[in-house]
Amino acid sequence: MSTRLPDAEKACEQLERELRPLVSAKTAMVGLYTGGAWLAERLHAVLGIEAPLGLMDIAFYRDDYAARGLKHDPKRTRIPFDVNGAELLLVDDVLYSGRTVRAAMNELFDYGRPSSIRLVVLADRGGRELPICAQHCGAKVQVPAGQRLRLKRGDDGRLALALEAEHAA
Amino acid sequence: MQRNPQLNENGELQHLLSIEGLPRDVLVRILDTAESFAGVTEREVKKVPLLRGKSVFNLFFEPSTRTRTTFEIAAKRLSADVINLNIAASSQTKGESLLDTVANLSAMQADIFIVRHSASGAPFLIARHVKLHEHVINAGDGRHAHPTQGLLDLFTIRHYKKDFSALTVAIVGDILHSRVARSLIHGLTILGVPEVRAIGPQTLLPTGVKALGVRVFHDMREGLRGADVVVMLRLQNERMRGALLPSAQEFNKHYGLTGDKLSAAKPDAIVMHPGPMNRGVEIDSGVADGPHSVILPQVTFGIAVRMAVMSMVAGA
Repeated sequence: MSTRLPDAEKACEQLERELRPLVSAKTAMVGLYTGGAWLAERLHAVLGIEAPLGLMDIAFYRDDYAARGLKHDPKRTRIPFDVNGAELLLVDDVLYSGRTVRAAMNELFDYGRPSSIRLVVLADRGGRELPICAQHCGAKVQVPAGQRLRLKRGDDGRLALALEAEHAA
Repeated sequence: MQRNPQLNENGELQHLLSIEGLPRDVLVRILDTAESFAGVTEREVKKVPLLRGKSVFNLFFEPSTRTRTTFEIAAKRLSADVINLNIAASSQTKGESLLDTVANLSAMQADIFIVRHSASGAPFLIARHVKLHEHVINAGDGRHAHPTQGLLDLFTIRHYKKDFSALTVAIVGDILHSRVARSLIHGLTILGVPEVRAIGPQTLLPTGVKALGVRVFHDMREGLRGADVVVMLRLQNERMRGALLPSAQEFNKHYGLTGDKLSAAKPDAIVMHPGPMNRGVEIDSGVADGPHSVILPQVTFGIAVRMAVMSMVAGA
């Protein structure tokens, strides 16, 4: 069985069109490692957002630490702007259970009190376990059981969605 | 082959007892994780929720201010509850055995034991007897090991020098009594530092130090020549038995780090010291407070390194 996946580049362009009217002097963007950071790097540049891009690894805020321990090689979170009063665009590649977004919001609030947060994702695969939804979504994707959806970035910088077995590293 | 007592069956860090015997990838992972925690310590809210609900027991059978405090800060920044036990003034003086003390604390639902003890091997003994969900971190045992100090030294060196593969590291002074030196030497060797030097008088170098893969120098200037990193050790008066040295003044003349002696090292050399310093004995104030000194950043990095170790063992 093969699943046709949406074109990530097209989804990215659609997000760009949707977000452009929202960008103001108070807009700031945070991308979640790893796929969300790639997407955020792209959107941040094309939208010409003034505040430098923030990148976040939510490893220290995960809710499955007790069961699974610390993820290998967590990246260092860097938020190089004042979160207080910012209109934040929180960017991730794939929205699934919503737990990553919950963790990211908790971490963001340890930096300050944003005036608002909008969630931007490239793909929504359903399956939410928390009351979280994306305000901006590039594409909706049905993912077969036992598989997971990941964003890949080629050597030429092009983004593409791919399916892989759930337990692959 | 007997399993490494520090690792669980998945090769994850279960206890931190010594740097010796740690696989290179585990060592690098601790340093990488500490790098991420260093970001947390620079924020307005210097706290993450990782160890919420866990209890960390500081079990110091030997006095310490800096190490105990940085462990306490690290645990609090991970949202753990910290209990400090002043053992010297409690049960042990009433005759309770080490394992009985630990068993009692275990009954109080401990998750992590931070242990400092004057007897080499004490943390290993405790680690062999704790329950599966309990973790032991060695905060210094006798003359044997002080792994978190060694790790923070490695973290500091990596921070300033980026790469270990072309470094010359000179360790100076009382190596005989120094668990810090032993842990650092093992770490540098595991990470592939090509030249580690031990500089000191014959009486303060352990026999067999060459077997650890270090070059021995008795002349300080010769030993410092071309060094990228200079690690000064405290002259441990309280551990000296018998006449190993004529006097502190005599030691300072030959092995005290002055600006003049430091000029033999590379122009961009960094100077480290695990503290507490004896100014005017092993290090002159001009150097301790000078542009080469990274002694205070070491203390700051120590917090991130201890956060990394605690979060890794508690999650294993």
